Amino acid sequence: MLTFTLRRLLLAIPTLLVISLVIFLLVDLAPGSPLSQIPLTVPPDVRQKMIEALGADQPVMFRYVLWLRQFFWVEPMNLFDGWFGTHIVEGEQRILSWQSRSPVFSIIGERIPQTLIVIGTAYLVGILIALPIGIYSAYRQYSLFDQIGTLFAMIGFSVPTFFSGTLFIIIFSVWLGWLPTKYDTTLQVIDWASFLEQIKQMILPVMTLGLANAASISRYMRSSMLDNMGMDYVRTARAKGLSERVVVLKHVLRNSLIPVVTVIALGIPSIFGGAIITENLFGVNGIGAALIGAIQASDIPMVQTLAFIFAVLIVLFNLIADVLYGFLDPRIRYD
Amino acid sequence: MADGAAPVLEVRGLKTVFRTRGGEIHAVNDVSFTLHPGELLGVVGESGSGKSVTMMSLLRLLPAPPADIRSGTAKLNGRDLLAMTDAELRATRGARVGFVFQDPMTSLNPVFTLGNQIMEPLIKHKGMTKRQAETRAVELLELVGIPDARRRLYQYPHQFSGGMRQRVMIAIALACDPDVLIADEPTTALDVTIQAQILELVKELRQKLGMAIIWITHDLGVIAGIADRVIVMYGGQVVEQAPVKELFANPQHPYTRALLQTIPRISGERSERLKVIEGQPPILTGPLTACPFRARCEYRHDACDATNPPRRAIDGQAVGEGHDVACHWYALAKVEMANA
Repeated sequence: MLTFTLRRLLLAIPTLLVISLVIFLLVDLAPGSPLSQIPLTVPPDVRQKMIEALGADQPVMFRYVLWLRQFFWVEPMNLFDGWFGTHIVEGEQRILSWQSRSPVFSIIGERIPQTLIVIGTAYLVGILIALPIGIYSAYRQYSLFDQIGTLFAMIGFSVPTFFSGTLFIIIFSVWLGWLPTKYDTTLQVIDWASFLEQIKQMILPVMTLGLANAASISRYMRSSMLDNMGMDYVRTARAKGLSERVVVLKHVLRNSLIPVVTVIALGIPSIFGGAIITENLFGVNGIGAALIGAIQASDIPMVQTLAFIFAVLIVLFNLIADVLYGFLDPRIRYD
Repeated sequence: MADGAAPVLEVRGLKTVFRTRGGEIHAVNDVSFTLHPGELLGVVGESGSGKSVTMMSLLRLLPAPPADIRSGTAKLNGRDLLAMTDAELRATRGARVGFVFQDPMTSLNPVFTLGNQIMEPLIKHKGMTKRQAETRAVELLELVGIPDARRRLYQYPHQFSGGMRQRVMIAIALACDPDVLIADEPTTALDVTIQAQILELVKELRQKLGMAIIWITHDLGVIAGIADRVIVMYGGQVVEQAPVKELFANPQHPYTRALLQTIPRISGERSERLKVIEGQPPILTGPLTACPFRARCEYRHDACDATNPPRRAIDGQAVGEGHDVACHWYALAKVEMANA
């Protein structure tokens, strides 16, 4: 397993290099200029100077190599310096956002907590709702519960979050007035009251995304349970005199969870990616919102860095899913 | 064996129906048989004759719906399995009745160790601690001839060959010293040499442990080697029942005769082609109102279309004890003999 993991990690390096180049070239090919948001009243020679100041006039390959060095050397070492008080990369150029002139990683550091708290909770809630529904729907296939579960999953699948989110706002904020319409990023949790406030403002975005997540995961769980429910070893377990609880929750579930865990692990990078629509809808100032802002402003370093971080996460969680598979299924051996 | 000792299992008038969208399938029709302590009862018949469904009905192992056990009793040591509550039934499954299934490759749970799977019934039925169950599991594995048992306990099913897995299945079925072992075509999925090994193992275990065995198979050769008594099933009912020697020496039902003729022989000249039974087994969409074998029978008679023949004893003993057959032709032949 260890050799397999190391081999996969080594293989990931060329994969990620190619991905980073493709992202860089694609972003660079996209129309638009970092100054497109600057008023047209600014004279052309000043615009030119601004572009030079950003480094945006350099050849694309030069910028790519510079970015690589910054991403893989300067930024990690900067973090190292920060932790241990050393001065290895002091004064080196970090990856700067063209929009705000501040380091991209500082912006990410500010944005990621909101995203992880809201989107992460939504993912967790989705899983916690989906697993029991999936298990019970499969155990009582075609029962009333299963039918309702199917309906619920279909709604979750087919209704886009911008619609369900808006609907929730209308019902719970406008009509009932129970919950705030906007997520207040500046809220500090310092005592019980502010904690409750935080919970209240999280409910709507978490519900919106959680429904969508639960819909797909509950379907995976259900079909995986159904696949296993008819297997011979289930009959063996019953013939041994085990209770239905043990048969279903031990023998069937353990087998059914293998593919579901993989699906869940593969979905985790999307938490870090944020949910662009949901974040915008509820005003969660997270990574998704940052990415959209950067794309609109042709902020190439920001877009490039974010897209590349997602790529790293996806490669990483693919590996984690494979390793998990090996742990859960004794038949799989990677050596 | 049929010397009057109380039967360990007595099945009377068992009827099992599958309710499907296309109507009902009458898979088991009024099946009755007895099993005496220490006896090995062979159950033969072709695919779809109702052998497995009969045995699974006894422990209610068929998914319901669609399966529906319509009527009948199945008394295990005097207690009706079919009237038990779910809890009572669970206390019987694996404890009093052990089950070995056809395909050892899929009958074990792939994600749990063998030890775990053998220990489950021990902990559940015998109230053993984990440590006690582990000791017993090692004994059981040694009993079924698995070398290096203690180490093997921590291995997974995929680390075992088919024959070894079937040995493990037998160990699980025998874990709680059951009164009855039901083996549903346990050697069908194995190759011939392994088949022979498993047969030897069962013979040996039977001598050591003395439980009664029901052995389902479609292989008459296997039956000849191990059974004491045989029931032949066709169309979801018992068509002939006899001690094994009597059945091979003096088969009465045209189906049994035809079956015996399909066995290839090693000795003698290979002048003839192997016999086959022409036609298809019946589709059991309704209760049987005529002999199910009539369409394939060379002795077909008017009576065969009119009624389904009941089982008749042919050697003076009670039906189910000696030799009996469900055939109009046999009855008619007997009348003719009496007239002559």
